[in-house]
Amino acid sequence: MRAFLKGAIAALGLAALVAAAPAEAQEKLKVGFVYVGPVGDFGWTYQHELGRRAMQEALGDKVESTYVENVPEGPDAERVIEGLVRSGHKLIFTTSFGFMEATVKVAQRNPEVKFEHATGYKRLPNLATYAGRFYQGRYISGQIAAKMSKTGVVGYIGSFPIPEVVSGINAFMLGTQSIRPDMKVKIVWVNSWFDPGKEGDAAKALLDQGADIIAQHTDSPAAMQVAAERGALAFGQDSDMIKFGPNTQLTSIINDWSGYYIDRVNAALNGTWESTDVWGGLDSGILKMAPYTNMPDDVKAMAEATQKSIHDGTYKVFTGPITKQDGTLAAQAGEVLPDPAILGMNWYIQGVDEKAPN
Amino acid sequence: MNLLEPAILTIITAATPLLLAAIGELVTERSGVLNLGVEGMMAMGAACAFAIAITTDSTALGIAGGVAAGTALAALFALMTLGFAANQVACGLALTILGLGLSGLIGADFVGARRDPMPKLEIPGLSDIPFIGPVLFGQDAFVYASVVLVAGVWWFLFHTRAGLTLRAVGDNHVSAHALGSKVLKVRLAAVLFGGACSGLAGAYLSLAYTPFWVKGMTAGRGWIALAIVVFSSWLPWRLMVGAYLFGSVSILQLYAQGAGIGLPSQLMSSLPYLATILVLVAIAGTRARARAPACLGVPFVPDR
Repeated sequence: MRAFLKGAIAALGLAALVAAAPAEAQEKLKVGFVYVGPVGDFGWTYQHELGRRAMQEALGDKVESTYVENVPEGPDAERVIEGLVRSGHKLIFTTSFGFMEATVKVAQRNPEVKFEHATGYKRLPNLATYAGRFYQGRYISGQIAAKMSKTGVVGYIGSFPIPEVVSGINAFMLGTQSIRPDMKVKIVWVNSWFDPGKEGDAAKALLDQGADIIAQHTDSPAAMQVAAERGALAFGQDSDMIKFGPNTQLTSIINDWSGYYIDRVNAALNGTWESTDVWGGLDSGILKMAPYTNMPDDVKAMAEATQKSIHDGTYKVFTGPITKQDGTLAAQAGEVLPDPAILGMNWYIQGVDEKAPN
Repeated sequence: MNLLEPAILTIITAATPLLLAAIGELVTERSGVLNLGVEGMMAMGAACAFAIAITTDSTALGIAGGVAAGTALAALFALMTLGFAANQVACGLALTILGLGLSGLIGADFVGARRDPMPKLEIPGLSDIPFIGPVLFGQDAFVYASVVLVAGVWWFLFHTRAGLTLRAVGDNHVSAHALGSKVLKVRLAAVLFGGACSGLAGAYLSLAYTPFWVKGMTAGRGWIALAIVVFSSWLPWRLMVGAYLFGSVSILQLYAQGAGIGLPSQLMSSLPYLATILVLVAIAGTRARARAPACLGVPFVPDR
C-alpha cells in the first residue's frame, strides 16, 4: 500500500512537471506562476490566475506566461520551480506561503532569474515578496455588520487559526466595536481552506444560533448561498460573490493581483525590476471592495468614508488603544501597531469570545 | 431557542452524500471487488451533473449525467481489474487521481456559475407537522433516494437469490464459478452499481448540498465513505448508522463551536473520525464478528 501511495505521489509530481513543459518562444519574456491550488478553486488561486490572464492580455506579445497548478507545499515545489527555470522562465511568481523555502533555494542557485513570493518574508537581491492587507477590508466589513445586524451577533467562519486569519478577526472586531461596542462575534473553525460542504454547514450552525450576518475567511461561496437561502446577510471573500447572493452580499473582499503583476512584469521588461517588499492594501489596488449592496444609504456612505480614510492613509486599522483578551494593552491610545506585530498576531482583542490559538 | 430541529436538518444533508457513496461501494465490495476510486467517481459525478444541469437547465438531466459519469469511470475500472485482472488497489488509486483531474477539466468552464438548490419535496399535510414534518417529509429527492437505496440493497443482498449469488461470488469466487455463477458478470454489475451511486453522491454535492462547482469540492468524502463501509462490517443498516453518526458528530462540533465551548477547534474537527471508529468498533464487537468478503481485492481469472 505504501509503495502504491509513493508511486501515486511521484506520478503527481511528474504530472506537475509535464504541465510546465516549455513551449517555443522567440525573444519573449517567459513568466511562470506556481499555484498551490487548482485554478478552478474560485478562491485564492483563481484570483492569481485572473491576475496572470490580465497581465498576459495587457502585455500581449511581449510576454509568454505559464502556470503550474496544484503544486504541493514541500519538496515538489522546489522541483517545479527549478523546472520553470530550466525551461527558460526569467520571472517566476510563487503564490503560497508554503513555497517560501523552495523559492529561496532556487533563487540562490539562479541569480539571473527574478523571483516573487507571495505572503512570505524572506528576500534576496533576485527575490521580492508581495502580499495584500486584506484585514483593511475586514475592518470595513465589521463596521457594516455592526450597523446592519439586528440580533447583535455575527457568525465568522475561519479556516485555520493562523496569524493572517486571527488578525482578520481582530480587524473585523475593531470595526464592529467602533460602531457598537457590545457586538458579539461567534467563530466556527472548519480547519480546512477548502471544503464547501463544511463551510455551508458552519454557516447553518451559526445562523441557527442567532447570528444574522455571516463573515468568512474561507474560499468558497457556500456560506453565501446558505445565507441567501435563509434570508440573512453575508460578506464575500476573494472574489465578488454577488451572483451567489444578489440580496445577501453586503460587500466582498476582492484580491486583485492584476495591477501588481502588470507593473512587475513591465518592470522586468524595462530593466527597472528590483527586489521589493510590497504589502499592499486599498491604496495599492491589491485589495478591492465589491460594491456596497443590500444596505441603506447612510451605512453605505459610512463604509465609503472609512474606505477612503484607509485608502489615503489617514486612518490605520490597528490604531490604539487596543486591549488584548487578558486586559493588557497591545497598543497605547494613538499608537499604530507595527507591521511585524500584525503579521505574527496570535492573540485576540477584548470582546472576541474565543480562546486564542497558541 | 430550539436547536434540535435545525441541527438534525443539517445532519441529514451532511450524511446523505456519504450514505449514497458508501452503499454503492458496499455492494461492490460484497462482490469481492475493492474500488478505492470512490473519491474520483464522486468528483466526476459532481462536475458532470453540474455541467449538464447548467447547459440544459434541467436538474433531472444533471442527475442522470452525474450517475452516467460515475458509471463510466467504474466501467473503466472494471475493464482494468476484471478484464485484465489488474491490481485493484493500484487501479482504484489511479481512478481517484484520474477522476479528480478530469473533473477539473470538465468543470473548468463552470467555475463561478450558480444554480438554485434542488427544491425540497414537500408532502402536503405531512410536511406541516411540527418537528417530524420538516425532518421526515421536507427533504430533497436525494435524501429519500438514499434511504430507499439502503433498504433496497439490504433486501437484495439478504432476501433474493441474485443477492445470495453476489455474496457467494465475493466470498468464494472459485466455488461460485464451479456452481455456474458468472463471476465476472456479477462483479461487473456490482462495480457499475457502485460507480452509479458515487456519481449520484457527486451530483448531490454540486446540485443540492452546495449548488456550484469548484475543483476538489468532494474534499475527501469518498475516502470517508470507504472507511464507513469497512467499519459497518459490510452491513447496509449499520452503514446507515455509520454515515449518520459521522454526519452528526461533524455537524454537532460546528454547533458546539458556535456555542463557544472552549475546546480547541482542531480536536473538535477530529471528533467525527474518532466517534465513528469507536462506535462502529463497539457494535462490531457485540455480535458475531462480521468479516470482510473473503475474496475482497482478489482478482478472478477463469481457468477456461
